[in-house]
Amino acid sequence: MVASYDVAIAGGGIVGAACAEACAAAGLKVVVVEPGPVGGGATAAGMGHIVVMDDSPAQIALTRYSRDLWMALKDELPAEVEYLACGTMWVAADSAEMAEVERKKRLYDGIGVRTEVVSERELAEAEPHLRPGLAGALLVPDDSVVYPPCAAKFLLRGIPVLRERALAISGAGITLRGGRLLAAGITVNATGAWAPELTPGIAVRRRKGHLLITDRYPGFVTHVLVELGYLKSAHSTTADSVAFNAQPRMTGQVLLGSSRQFGSENTAIEAPMLARMLRRCEEYMPGLADLAAVRTWTGFRAATPDKLPLIGPVSGDERLYLATGHEGLGITTSLATGRLVADGIMGRTPAIPAGPYLPGRKVEEHE
Amino acid sequence: MSKIRLSVNGIPVSVPAGSTVSTAVAMVGAVYRRSVSGEPRGPLCGMGICFECRVTIDGRAHCRSCQVPAAEGMEVHTDG
Repeated sequence: MVASYDVAIAGGGIVGAACAEACAAAGLKVVVVEPGPVGGGATAAGMGHIVVMDDSPAQIALTRYSRDLWMALKDELPAEVEYLACGTMWVAADSAEMAEVERKKRLYDGIGVRTEVVSERELAEAEPHLRPGLAGALLVPDDSVVYPPCAAKFLLRGIPVLRERALAISGAGITLRGGRLLAAGITVNATGAWAPELTPGIAVRRRKGHLLITDRYPGFVTHVLVELGYLKSAHSTTADSVAFNAQPRMTGQVLLGSSRQFGSENTAIEAPMLARMLRRCEEYMPGLADLAAVRTWTGFRAATPDKLPLIGPVSGDERLYLATGHEGLGITTSLATGRLVADGIMGRTPAIPAGPYLPGRKVEEHE
Repeated sequence: MSKIRLSVNGIPVSVPAGSTVSTAVAMVGAVYRRSVSGEPRGPLCGMGICFECRVTIDGRAHCRSCQVPAAEGMEVHTDG
């Protein structure tokens, strides 16, 4: 006998967990279907950076709203979530990039996101392992870092997780092994980069990334450091790219990224891509070459053509919701995604317009 | 037998030539390293596999003390 639920969610990553948490908070009876460990996919592979991003107005709205939700939650997070309010330092290499710092600051001022312009000297003092001669940075002090698998586990507290694979999904429910139907009033496909296997035809592609973590070097990096050229790298929807991204972990370890590849479908670490990524990191932080790495791994982002997630009911089946396509921002935007899904189900007006993320939207491909 | 003089956490120590750094740390009685949760750790395997004997040698962190020959004037630092 299979119980009936208000909401059945396929996928126990951070996005599925946040949807489950928001629906349960709305008083709905929720179940999550996840064959692997909670937060064991892209959630475990990612960096866990909670960051306001400004690639498009809709991305700003979603990341900003979601970061507010994380900040409101931070005192409730258990120690294992490792919430670290270290801020993001957007590093400018030259005067052209300093002009970008000023533009970004004006934009963030306009939406109430605190920032500080950091001079060349202040940057060298704050992050002495950066190479000398960088032009400065924009500090976003309220950005933070979490350990995402434990955050997903925390969001799912008290919510049943069925250790099974979802074989099919429709508005009627989720089909499990042996054709058993887990019936639900609403279903949510939150299976990240694997979402098209359950909902064919949606514009989600796997975008592979490499990461590396070092041994413990407390204080080596104290903010999340990202090169300002990052957007150029993350933005391109075609070519392979790398960008300097260094992050302090609460253990004293340094987490290094990032790389982006389409068309590479296996999880193997690709030495040429990893080497290219590390060379980029070393250009910004020469001292990284002397640190000991303890682990490298890969993961798959769920990428969409317009760099925005798919959140809401699919056209033609108002009972089947999508919550996927978060690419490299799923940890940040998970909480807002959960709210948008719960608001949609409950018929509430969301805190931000839901239109830009609806699956049926008109998609304009970037570049 | 010739002796090598080095320091561990600022304490001078001499060891026979051919000894590893882990011997010098043991002679001083220092904790080699501490885990993330603060537990003391020391040489378990003695052959460079377990990484539990890591110390800082002349400013370089995470050196496996069981694999590094002690050298004259070395400055070794441990977690306690």
